[in-house]
Amino acid sequence: MAYEPLDRLRNFTTARIGLGRVGVSLPTTRVIEFQAAHAEARDAIQEPFEPEFLITELREFSPIRVTSKAVDRRAYIERPDEGRRLDSASRQSLTGRFDCTLILADGLSARAARAHGAALVRAIRSETSDWNWAPLVIAERSRVALGDEIASAFGSELVVILIGERPGLSSPDSLGAYITFAPAPGATTDANRNCVSNIRPAGLPIEVGARKVVSIARLARVRGLTGISIKEDEALALHGGKLQPIAAKDD
Amino acid sequence: MALADVPLKRFLAEEIVPADNCEISRLIFESHDVQAFSQVSHMTVGQFRDWLLSEDATREALSSVAAGITPEMAAAVSKLMRNQDLVLAARKIANVTRFRSTIGLPGRLSVRLQPNHPTDDVRGIAASVIDGLLHGAGDAVIGVNPATDSLAQTSLLLSRLDEMRHRFEIPTQTCVLAHLTTTMQAMNRGAPVDLVFQSIAGSQAANDSFGVSIALLDEAHAAAQALNRGTIGRNCMYFETGQGSALSANAHHDVDQQTMETRAYALARRYQPLLVNSVVGFIGPEYLYDGKEITRAGLEDHFCGKLLGLPMGVDVCYTNHAEADQDDMDGLLTLLGVAGCTYVMGVPGADDIMLNYQSTSFHDALYVREVLGLRPAPEFEAWLLRMGITDETGNIITGCSGSATELLAYGGSVDGL
Repeated sequence: MAYEPLDRLRNFTTARIGLGRVGVSLPTTRVIEFQAAHAEARDAIQEPFEPEFLITELREFSPIRVTSKAVDRRAYIERPDEGRRLDSASRQSLTGRFDCTLILADGLSARAARAHGAALVRAIRSETSDWNWAPLVIAERSRVALGDEIASAFGSELVVILIGERPGLSSPDSLGAYITFAPAPGATTDANRNCVSNIRPAGLPIEVGARKVVSIARLARVRGLTGISIKEDEALALHGGKLQPIAAKDD
Repeated sequence: MALADVPLKRFLAEEIVPADNCEISRLIFESHDVQAFSQVSHMTVGQFRDWLLSEDATREALSSVAAGITPEMAAAVSKLMRNQDLVLAARKIANVTRFRSTIGLPGRLSVRLQPNHPTDDVRGIAASVIDGLLHGAGDAVIGVNPATDSLAQTSLLLSRLDEMRHRFEIPTQTCVLAHLTTTMQAMNRGAPVDLVFQSIAGSQAANDSFGVSIALLDEAHAAAQALNRGTIGRNCMYFETGQGSALSANAHHDVDQQTMETRAYALARRYQPLLVNSVVGFIGPEYLYDGKEITRAGLEDHFCGKLLGLPMGVDVCYTNHAEADQDDMDGLLTLLGVAGCTYVMGVPGADDIMLNYQSTSFHDALYVREVLGLRPAPEFEAWLLRMGITDETGNIITGCSGSATELLAYGGSVDGL
């Protein structure tokens, strides 16, 4: 029933390969495994954020708690526009002027922010201790673009938002980092951002993810922009990272 | 006036998205073929629906009218069509394209093998490619979404995929779905680029948010054409689209998301692409809330794309925050198979471990081929038989024999770097 020779290849990936077949269909155990994983991913989306926990955990960065205009989890999912705007009370709490803003947000996986957010924040901040950072912002029911409004309240030239990515079947706890130079609420588009995705112990390890984020952020500040014209190669080169050789044309 | 009574001609006189600040609108007007349109120019939207479903709308008639249909006409008529109408009309249309395999022939269903890996690990990707090939997937393209947009990684993946394709003489094409500017750099550096991929949308402003324009697409298309790597055809572009992308980028000009989607097809057809697919459920419940909406949108996109002349595939998919599950996907996949869909995705176990969503699996593709008697692209079908992956009747051989064992051995030997 199973392709036993494929077992060895399963060491190379967590993709669901070598599942075997009954006729053309999946064996029963595989169908049930899939349903269980789906249920777990669905649960991760509904889990509460508990920002108080993160505020205590990260108190050395003087965290400030904000929420978007989305009033609850359902509104957050159905109204991305509300998730991109600060509620007015939150807006009032952001004072002072700082070069850079770092935000930790729940996004679609509060579990990811709770589980790995503190480690990622620390790793990023420890590599950039000489930067003029705003107080850390903990954002609830936040979309990526909420960072633009937060950063502009601080007058920051650079914003980095660490946000729970939508849970995958095999990765309910993945963080994404979006780096934006000169964020402009309502005007900045995704083409103006750089992203480091899949940051989690079983994906891109926290330290590696932090290094990528800092490399891109540093290059962004040198060149005064982010987006598609910043490629990760250049960022890592600036950072002293190892570049892969470019393959030669072979036909 | 009710939509059914609106004359098709009116869509040529009225700018849905103002052409002054949208190059897609200008493209739609400038590329409109008046002669092709003349066959249906006297019709209202309602009469157009009736014609599409009638015996008069043969495969040949539908093909000859395509260049005369604007996206807005296609979107309008689709709004008057029930799901069964969308299936029936789409089934009559065959838009055939070629590079190293022939895509879109009636009675065939191709599969994009999508072997993504969260850190672009070359051995991990190769393992998924091999699993897919052993399940008869990969005749549309072997296409990897890179986890990060890096020129070095894109070039490495392109080389490794090309080596594997050469080694086993697989009659298909490979693609790394990096941003078009990365692929252009890779081509400049001599990387083996078969297809240029890009996500596109239905307004200039939305394409701005993707970092592309007609000029940039023209340049990339010319560069890929110049490489001349296709053996049996020169269709060398691969586009993905999806309802809601313009709205998500606040670039929809207050036009509904389905009409904006069809406008992306006008941009796509400028380049006679090998492959176009809507990634219908990927965008999430913010735009398509549940299984019913995803199903409807998938059928709309497939029909409208085909009507406009495109080799339309569909990524039948959903995210974990949508109200959908595998049953919804089974339904849409079956409907699309009946509708003559050009290709679907093949993702190991339906679980994309990099993009974090559920698409269709190798098994799903085998299922729909089995129940509807659909076959792979002819060149690939012959290769599967030659490799000992399928038998004379097209069934996948259980266990591994013949040249297929070499594929497995290759999987363990790929250099990850």
